[in-house]
Parts: sequence; C-alpha cells; structure tokens
Amino acid sequence: MRVLEALLDVFRNPQFYSISLTASTPLIFASLGGVFSEITGVVNIALEGIMLMGAFVSTAFTYYTGDPWIGILMAMVVGMGVAWLHAWASIKWWGDQIVSGTAIILMAQGITGFLMKPVFGQVGQTDLEKFKMVKHITREINPIIKPIKLPIPEKTFLGQAIGTISPLVILAFVSVFIGWFIIYKTTLGLRMRSVGENPEAADTLGVNVYGIRYFGVMMSGVFASIGGAFLSVGDTGIFKELMTGGRGFIALAAMILGNWNPIGAMLASILFGASEAFANQLQSSKLIEVSSSVKPLFNMVPFVVTLIVISGFIGKTRPPSADGVPYKKTD
Amino acid sequence: MEKYWGFIIPVVSVLVALIIAAFVILSVGKSPVEAYIIMVKGAFGSAGAIVNTIVKTAPLVLTGLAVGFGFRAGVFNIGAEGQMIMGALTATAVGINLGWAPPYFALSLTIISGMLAGAGWAAIAGYLKAKTGAHEVVTTIMLNWIATYLSAYMVQVPLAVGSGTPKSPEIAPSAKLPVLMKVGPLEMSAGIIISVIAAIVMYVVLEKTTMGYEVKAAGFNPYAAEYGGISISKNITMSMAISGALAGLAGVVELMGVHHRFLGTLSGGKGFDGISIALIGQNHPIGIIFAALLMGALRTGSNEMQFAGISKHIVMIIQGIVIFLVAADRIVRTMILWRKRRKVKA
Repeated sequence: MRVLEALLDVFRNPQFYSISLTASTPLIFASLGGVFSEITGVVNIALEGIMLMGAFVSTAFTYYTGDPWIGILMAMVVGMGVAWLHAWASIKWWGDQIVSGTAIILMAQGITGFLMKPVFGQVGQTDLEKFKMVKHITREINPIIKPIKLPIPEKTFLGQAIGTISPLVILAFVSVFIGWFIIYKTTLGLRMRSVGENPEAADTLGVNVYGIRYFGVMMSGVFASIGGAFLSVGDTGIFKELMTGGRGFIALAAMILGNWNPIGAMLASILFGASEAFANQLQSSKLIEVSSSVKPLFNMVPFVVTLIVISGFIGKTRPPSADGVPYKKTD
Repeated sequence: MEKYWGFIIPVVSVLVALIIAAFVILSVGKSPVEAYIIMVKGAFGSAGAIVNTIVKTAPLVLTGLAVGFGFRAGVFNIGAEGQMIMGALTATAVGINLGWAPPYFALSLTIISGMLAGAGWAAIAGYLKAKTGAHEVVTTIMLNWIATYLSAYMVQVPLAVGSGTPKSPEIAPSAKLPVLMKVGPLEMSAGIIISVIAAIVMYVVLEKTTMGYEVKAAGFNPYAAEYGGISISKNITMSMAISGALAGLAGVVELMGVHHRFLGTLSGGKGFDGISIALIGQNHPIGIIFAALLMGALRTGSNEMQFAGISKHIVMIIQGIVIFLVAADRIVRTMILWRKRRKVKA
C-alpha cells in the first residue's frame, strides 16, 4: 500500500512535471533532428555523438565568453559541421549510414574526452571555480541560461510546475511546431518528403536530391546539438564526459514511435522524459525508503520503458521508403 | 585489384587515421612522433608489455567476432557491451558457487552459462526484430544500459562483497582459467587460446557448413534467401544469439582469466571496440584476430601515452576515423585510384 501511495504521490507533486519537462527537452530537440534527417532518407544514429559535441562546445564557449547564449550558438554551428560529415559520407560517398553514425559517435566521445584537459584544465567533469583558477579568469561567468518567469501565480500548482522555465524548453516546443510547419506546409517540406520516399521520381521532377538531403541532415545536427547543449548550459551548467548517456538513442526511439512526425516525436519524447522523471522522483520519495544501492534499478526505468514501447508499437509506424538507402545518381 | 580491396581499405584507413590523429596530438602541443614511439614501446617494448597486449587482445577477438558474425548475417549488433556484461555477470554467479567442483566441470559450466546468458540477452533483440521489426540498433543499446545498471545493482546488493568499490566475491579457484605464462605480476591466461579457437570455429561454420551458408545468404539478400526457403525470422534470432554467445564468451574470458571477480569496469568499452575490430577485419575471422591485436596494442600503448600527458581518448578518435573511412570505403578507393591515375599521367 505504501508503494502505491508513493506512486500516486509522485503525480501529485508539481516538481514531477517540471523535471519531466527538463528531462524531455533534450529528447524533443534530438528527435526533431532525427525527423529532419530521416524524412529526407538519411538514417542518423549519430544524434548521440552530435548531442555530446553540443554539450561540450556550448560549455566551452560559455566558460570562455561568460555568455551561455554564445555557447548555444557555437554548439549549433559545430553540430551542423559534425552532421555535415555524416551527410558527406552518406550522400556523396554512399557510405553505410549506420556505420558512419557509429563512427561519429566514437569520434565525438574521443574528441570531447581528449579536449577536457586542454580546454577545461581537468578531466571527468568541469568545475567552474577550478576552471577560473587554472585559466586565470576573474570576471563573473554565468554557466546556465537564466530561466524566465511566466505570468502564472506562484502559489498555484501550475505555477510551481512550470512557472519558472528555461527559455530553451519553450524554444523546443516552438521548434517542433516550426519543424512541423516546414515539413508539412511548405514546398521545401514537400521536397524533403519526396526525396525520402522516392528519390528517383523527385530527381526526375528536377528536385536536387543531394541538396535536400544535405539540408535535412545538417538541420538534424543543429537541433541535436541544442538538445545536447540543454544538458549542460541549459540545466546543470557543467560538462561531464559521456553526459548524454544514451539519450540520442532514446530520441531515435521517440522519432520512430512518433511515426517520423515532429509532433509525434515530441509526444513520445515527453513520454520518455516523464518516465525518467518518474523514476527520479520515486527514489527520493519520502513515503518509501530507497537505499542508495538499489538506485541503479531506478536508473534502468527509461531504458526499459523505451525498449517495451518501441517493440510494442513498431510496425504500426512506417519509416520513409528510401530511409537509409543511398541515392546513386546516374549521370 | 578487386581481390585485394578487402585488405587495402582497412590498412589505408588505419594509416590515414593515425596521420589525422598525429595532427590532433600536434594541436595540443605534443610531438606525435614521440607519442607513437611511446605507444609502440608500451605495447611491444618488453615481455610484460607483450603479455599485457595479448591479455587485452583476447576478449577483443571475441567481441570482434561477435559483431563480425552479426554483420555477416545482416544484423548490426551494437550491443556486444551489454551481452558481455550479462555473460560475465552470470558466469560470476555460477563461478562463485563451484568450490566443490573439479576444474573440468567448473570451467565448462561457468563458460557455458556465460555464453548462454550473452546469447539470451542478444536473442531478445533478435526476436524483437524478427517479430515486430524493432531495429536492433535501438533495442541493443537499450539492453546495454539495462545490463549496465542491472550489474551495478547486482554487485551492490545480491552479489556484493567487502567495502569500497562495488564488487563480487572471487570465483572458485577451479573456475579460473589456467595461466599460460607469468611475467612479474602479469598473468596470461588461456583466454587467448579460447579466442583463437572461437575464430577458427566461426571460420569453419561460415565457410564449410549449410548453416553458415544460410546465415550469409540471409545477410546478403534477405528477400532472395526467403524465396530460396530460408526462414528469415529464425535466422535473425539465431544469428543474434550466436553473436551474443561470442560477446558473452568475451565477458567470461575477462572474468575467468583476468579479474576473477565481477567489477564495474570489466567490460570497459570492449564491446564497442568489437565494432571497429569487425570492420577493420572486414568481418573475416582471421582479419578480426589481427584487428583485435591492433586494438589491443593501441589500448595497451595508450596507457603509456597517458603518462606522457596525452589522453588515451586519442584511441577513440583513431577508431572513429577508421570506422568512418571503412563505412564510406569509396573515399579510400577514390583516394588510391586518383593517386594511381596521376602516376599514369606523369
């Protein structure tokens, strides 16, 4: 009974909803990125690596310039560059897209780990105070993007849940709707979808297949890197080695579950984010005693949920027909 | 020429990766020549270094075979890491309870239990792919994390012993692999022999048996194979299970030959190394042995480089570049053909 009580208590706590949003945001960005890439026919499992680069680059530029927005901007640029590398291998060289994605994840893990010491002066995870000491910086550095206050009374449930919110969370939802609009309501979106469904036909009609695919993949880099940057400068203010912890793959699952539609991917991301928040809240519940040694079992929850959902719902969703198939243009 | 591409592409990719990595080392103000000399010395410079390299190579051969077998069967087993953990974890649970058993019994039971656990863990992903179409890349990654957290729990609660770093008790002496050679404190167990035997078995199965033919046919062109009477869904599940058994065996070798108890760092990315190894070895068992030796040497050598102030993450960068070039092998082909054309012109 106490366990049931504790379960229900999680939902009554406004904190659960605010943590759910925080946990969902990186997934929303990354899965939107996944949609942009795969809708044009390029599988992008490199999301995990691009997110990691985004988290690293944004932290680095934030620490050196003192402005987290510059960090985000640079993360977008670098994310686009990393995605270009994947696009170049996949589109120009007809490379195996899954293997190329794996390569990029490894490179991202290697590069971020390798640069920890030269950039931040320490390994493992960053520490702002130590960084300032090592690099002789005395000015004030704000490592986190300041949350904004919404005009909701603070005392109310809603006010406690989402009254104070990171602008990046709002940006995530705005991006999803813009993404949806581009893909389903514009000529560009029609071309993206046609290139992903039937590149031969699109080519015959004069659509630049390679150009559209480059656009899709590079946009996925932009979104995934903001998602990664949210983990560092949007939430914690630090960079930790391998801090993405599989979120790129959960975002891929959200994209599949959302049927390659930005809105569907967003809803699936919220489901996965909420399951992470749920496990998180349950283990700090005051109603049941959770010893620290069983914590790993709670950490397992989002991955178990993703595994079950992805195998239960798949087949009911359909990928773009030419997803993952290189287009071999004949001159 | 075509015949030799399988050899040329990985070799050129590795060379290109080493050159690019040299610039990365240069960019942080270190000498790449010095770094590579330290690396080679660290991997092969003394009897101890060589033993260390071979010890590191043994499980890598197996994870390389695991991923390579998957590739041959048309599945991308990115979950060797999780299967390795489950193999080692199960073998630990069995191995610590076999104090009463004679070595031949304890050894075989521990090895088999670990392989079965790896096979079962991978078969989940295979079954889901066959039945529901869930892509194995996503499911095996989820299974990796689940295995990681499950093992973290197991060594903190049910299998925990002592204080400090969470760890299991030691397995029974009769379940430890025999030691072939000892250099100082370093022991080389029979793990490397198990690995080489596994490679030979995989070669025979793939090249000389009907089952191997079916696996390759299903991997090469699933639709044609199905038309030819080969059950694809059965083949996917079975291929994943065999791949997982090899990864599980890697965990077993690491447990019974090196650590003798389950520790958190036991798998340490070796499952992911298997991907690079399979691709460098072009999914061929003999190629995989050499690729694993290369990776084992890089890992051992990079530990020495770490002392010289160069992060061992450089190995991951090298791996990433190699995999990237093997994935888009037309880059390498074009590079070589372009140079040749230029020679012809001149």
